[in-house]
Amino acid sequence: MTVYLLRRLLQALLVMLAMSLIVFVGVYAIGDPVEILISPDADQMERERAIKALGLDLPLWQQYLTFLFRAVQGDLGRSFVFNEPALQLILQKMPATLELAVGATFMAVLIGLPLGLYAGLKPDSAGSKAIMAGSILGFSLPTFWVGLMLIMVFAVQLGWLPSTGRGETAQFLGLRWSFLTRDGIAHLIMPAVNLSLFKISLVVRLTRSGVRETMLMDYVKFARAKGLSPRRVTYVHVFKNILIPVVTVVGLELGSTIAFSVVTESIFAWPGMGKLIIDSINVLDRPVIVAYLMIIVMMFIVINLAVDLLYSTLDPRVRLEGKS
Amino acid sequence: MSVATLEVRNLQTHFFTRAGVVKAVDGVSFTVGRGKVLGLVGESGSGKTVTGFSIIGLVDEPGRVVGGEILFHGQNLARLSEEEMRQLRGNRIAMIFQDPMMTLNPVLRIDTQMIETVLAHTKVSHEEARQRCRDTLGMVGIPSPEERLKSYPHQFSGGMRQRVAIAIALLHRPELIIADEPTTALDVTIQGQILAEVQKLAINTGTSLIWITHDLSVVAGLADDIAVMYAGRVVEDGPVSEVLDKPLHPYTHGLIGSVPSRNKRGEPLRQIPGMTPSLLKLPPGCAFRSRCDRATAECAAPIELMELTLGRHARCIHPHMEAVAA
Ligand SMILES: Nc1ncnc2c1ncn2[C@@H]1O[C@H](COP(=O)(O)OP(=O)(O)OP(=O)(O)O)[C@@H](O)[C@H]1O
Ligand code: SF4
Ligand SMILES: [Mg+2]
Repeated sequence: MTVYLLRRLLQALLVMLAMSLIVFVGVYAIGDPVEILISPDADQMERERAIKALGLDLPLWQQYLTFLFRAVQGDLGRSFVFNEPALQLILQKMPATLELAVGATFMAVLIGLPLGLYAGLKPDSAGSKAIMAGSILGFSLPTFWVGLMLIMVFAVQLGWLPSTGRGETAQFLGLRWSFLTRDGIAHLIMPAVNLSLFKISLVVRLTRSGVRETMLMDYVKFARAKGLSPRRVTYVHVFKNILIPVVTVVGLELGSTIAFSVVTESIFAWPGMGKLIIDSINVLDRPVIVAYLMIIVMMFIVINLAVDLLYSTLDPRVRLEGKS
Repeated sequence: MSVATLEVRNLQTHFFTRAGVVKAVDGVSFTVGRGKVLGLVGESGSGKTVTGFSIIGLVDEPGRVVGGEILFHGQNLARLSEEEMRQLRGNRIAMIFQDPMMTLNPVLRIDTQMIETVLAHTKVSHEEARQRCRDTLGMVGIPSPEERLKSYPHQFSGGMRQRVAIAIALLHRPELIIADEPTTALDVTIQGQILAEVQKLAINTGTSLIWITHDLSVVAGLADDIAVMYAGRVVEDGPVSEVLDKPLHPYTHGLIGSVPSRNKRGEPLRQIPGMTPSLLKLPPGCAFRSRCDRATAECAAPIELMELTLGRHARCIHPHMEAVAA
């Protein structure tokens, strides 16, 4: 186990290093921030001073090494625009995105799992057919369109829910969270629903096919042959088996939800990391872009590890070993 | 005469598939006496497993028991409600499946899978249930049962898993065990061990046994009676020694010709020429007609299972009576 974790850590470091290089070169290739950051009226002297101050006069490899050297010390550079540490800037926005993504994931599991279970157990009922048709919609309707519709109906016409911002927040673990206040939750509902629609569909389909597959297994028939109640067969024998793929996929999805919540955040003016990164790309705020991508990479690594650990506790056949 | 443990009369189980009605079981009758072992034999697809599932009420969609009686101590199981059947299953009638690698749930520990079986039918404390599981595991020859209870199925070999399945079947000392080819997936030595142990247990506990197999040598050593199935029907039954020595039905005759031990040495295995007919469109009359060397025009008419000599039945109008007469 320890060997396994050490090996994973080493792998993670290598991935981070490789990613940092790709990200750095990639961002460099996007464009020159000087044109955007420095006013066109500035004279040559001012221009050069500014370029020097931002460290943009050095060759790329030198810029990269400087970045790497500072990154190891926990400094991912300062935002060109806000003149604040990039890391701090992103961490301030992180709770908003996290609670949005986690909320959406919870919703996906709490809604998707029961619906999928029902659709799998009673595949021919009208209810199941409706659920499956709904899941196709959830898959295929574009997120931004659904978001706009939600705002139209629930904010504009019915006036039930606020449509922009995080609302009131409360302090927890030194960060500000919306889900701790009533107003915050009211603000959170629509973006979370919007973001979870695709995931609900995913969980429904995954659960349904898992149930259908598992029900045919000999061990389910054997469980029935033992005289167990139908409830025990479903909720212990079938359920524990379908949980394995569901947990894996939902867990891995969490990473991409965080990374790609951009659309939802833009529609609902949700001040999360997604919105920050879009703004930063617009002004070519390189340190923020690079820091953001590094954080996302790290998050994927952590989530993957967590999913693997969870997977191995759910499925006793899986052994975590030092070998890859 | 006391009531038999199980009497199946003209059982019919059909599958209503898109392609048509598959008459997987269409006229199966046999009797299993108390403490007796019935060998149910027949080639692949003859309906042995479906017969077993029909008895414990586990025929799944699109299948249904459409006719006949399943008398368990005189009570017709086909008439029981699902809840009444559930109370019988695993309690008074147990079943062991063909493939031990597939019968245990891979994500649940052995103790979970055993204790739940105890608790499904009796109100005992968790600790008592555990004790009973431990004892039963010991009984089927699993060493250090206390530790093994905490294992997961994948930590066992195939033979050990089948022992666990047998232990689960024995937990409530059922009156009837249906064993569906429980040793076919195992290697020969382990097969022998398990056979011997099950036989011992059956004798000691007075449990009746239906042993499904297509291995006639297993039946010869284990069973009291034998029922031979062909295309969803019992074509011959009777005491095992008589049927194997002097088969009446041409199909049984052919089968026995293909058991190695009964052939003269060096002689090639006798195969029954032809193929099993499709169950989808079985013509009326004898299903074995297309492969039978005794077939005549009369064989195209429906044929019942008839008592030909005392205690022996066959579904044939030109049986091998000469052997019995001689
Ligand atoms: N779910 C089903 N749908 C349609 N037909 C089925 C279904 N299950 C079984 N059958 C039919 O029932 C017939 C008998 O199957 P069964 O499993 O009882 O055979 P068997 O005698 O146990 O064979 P084997 O020795 O291979 O186990 C098969 O030919 C199959 O076509
Ligand atoms: S009834 Fe006719 S076809 Fe069928 S087994 Fe007997 S002789 Fe052969
Ligand atoms: Mg079978």
